[in-house]
Amino acid sequence: MKITEKEVDYVARLARLHVQESQMQRLTQDMGNIIAFADKLGELDTEQVEPAAHSIVVENVLRADEVQPSYAREDIIANAPHKQAGCFSVPKIVE
Amino acid sequence: MELLKLTAKEAADKLHSKEVSCAELTKASLEQIKAKNESINAYITVCEEEALQQAEQIDAKIAAGEAMEPLAGVPYAIKDNICTKGVRTTCASKMLGNFVPPYNAYAAERLSKDGVMLGKLNMDEFAMGSSNETSYFGAVHNPYDLDRVPGGSSGGSAAAVAAGMAYYTLGSDTGGSIRLPASFCGVTGLKPTYGTVSRFGLVAFASSLDQIGPLAKSAEDVAYIMNRITGHDKMDSTSLDIAYPDYTKALQGDVKDMKIALVREYFAGADAAVDASVKAAVKQLTDMGAQCDEISMPITDYALPAYYIISSSEASSNLARYDGVKYGFRAEKFEDLTDMYFKTRDEGFGDEVKRRIMLGTYALSSGYYDAYYKKAQQVRTMIKQGFDKVFETYDMIASPVYPTTAFGIGEKTDDPVKMYAGDLCTVSVNIAGLPGMSLPCGFDEKGLPIGLQLIGKPFGEETLLRAAHAFQCATDYHKGGAQA
Repeated sequence: MKITEKEVDYVARLARLHVQESQMQRLTQDMGNIIAFADKLGELDTEQVEPAAHSIVVENVLRADEVQPSYAREDIIANAPHKQAGCFSVPKIVE
Repeated sequence: MELLKLTAKEAADKLHSKEVSCAELTKASLEQIKAKNESINAYITVCEEEALQQAEQIDAKIAAGEAMEPLAGVPYAIKDNICTKGVRTTCASKMLGNFVPPYNAYAAERLSKDGVMLGKLNMDEFAMGSSNETSYFGAVHNPYDLDRVPGGSSGGSAAAVAAGMAYYTLGSDTGGSIRLPASFCGVTGLKPTYGTVSRFGLVAFASSLDQIGPLAKSAEDVAYIMNRITGHDKMDSTSLDIAYPDYTKALQGDVKDMKIALVREYFAGADAAVDASVKAAVKQLTDMGAQCDEISMPITDYALPAYYIISSSEASSNLARYDGVKYGFRAEKFEDLTDMYFKTRDEGFGDEVKRRIMLGTYALSSGYYDAYYKKAQQVRTMIKQGFDKVFETYDMIASPVYPTTAFGIGEKTDDPVKMYAGDLCTVSVNIAGLPGMSLPCGFDEKGLPIGLQLIGKPFGEETLLRAAHAFQCATDYHKGGAQA
């Protein structure tokens, strides 16, 4: 399948990636080549085949809803790029 | 230096019989890192002070006659996508360049008991790569030839073992990331059955494929490391609650009557030296009593595209968390919250990571989901069924790890599809969740190591270790050692 710059731009927005003008042509070409490579899958008849999300049987793991010790607030917040008053700090989103 | 040539088990024996001290082993490793890291670039972070302190404590315990685990005190290092409490864990990305985990990954925690951790190892950014050239901290160089790649993504983990910069290491394997670098650097590596090593604390790339495993100088070492890192962990919902064996018990016995399949498709494109070495290794095993047949698994031809669709789709979802809010990098200049996400991700991720996120997002997007993601999952079922059928008759599959020996730095970076195409022998193993091992089986005309891949049934690690150990008892390829 051929992919256009418009589609690349659309996918980039979905992925919250900003594609610089100078990279657009190259990325579109790479994406096109990779997707052409993936198009080989279309050769197979999979009509009757169940999709597998995992290689093993995976079941929900449940536990009782009990209060347990957690990480200290300051340990978790220590890695935040911006923090204020013991909280994560982000740009204002509501005026 | 003779100390550095010891396997982990040999070093442990000398340590516990007080022939050497833990401080001596640790200092020898640290000196080797100082001498070699500038040219090989295997380490992102070296924990010199901590390692020397840990060594001192272990020497005190040995002097006091305290009982310890078999590999206790043998210096090791960990791939930089496995969280280590208080030690920076970068995933070789600018995005996590300053991330210091407040906890240990399950496997890191297990090794830390009476352990000496030398540091954190270089890798492809977010483990996405086959050459270890996508690291934000620069490429890793192959100790056998510094102009060549060590293989990826656990390139630092393999190069460190090969160059005597650690006695053993942990890597992770999503599509070959332990086995390929093990092959290119002449060391022994094992990707365990999915679910046997907890992924708690492993930075997620493709959750249904990722698995942590050991790299070392011998199958014997690998068995001892497996004993330390396997087990059920309630922090990982895919960790299997089963009875785990003592893997070192598999280091006895022989390969008599073992049934080995040679899958024709894995030899397609293999260069002459690789083809000949792998077939000679299989002949060695049959001379020792194993049986071998050549068979065909046509579905193998579809494994690569299925792998790249599934792994990239999972990556696009897993990497959505990097938004510059809770941890990691945040861009400095932006207009509003949405723009902060865009700029942070644009500046924080490298080109290969962006390509994979783009491919995954495309495959999951409305209109393409059925044609790519669902289709790849259906092919995943077919690949699993293909293996099930082979394992009805055979105990394991033998193949090359990679069609060639280590290629040159920069040789494949311009063409992502060319880079991806090399992974044809390794990706099926992850798709089906099987154990896969890479062990040295020869050298090409340039003296570069060649790897033999052994693929087992689910939980077939013991069969692989038995065969690998028997092979290594009869041959010297694993003693290649680039450290001299």
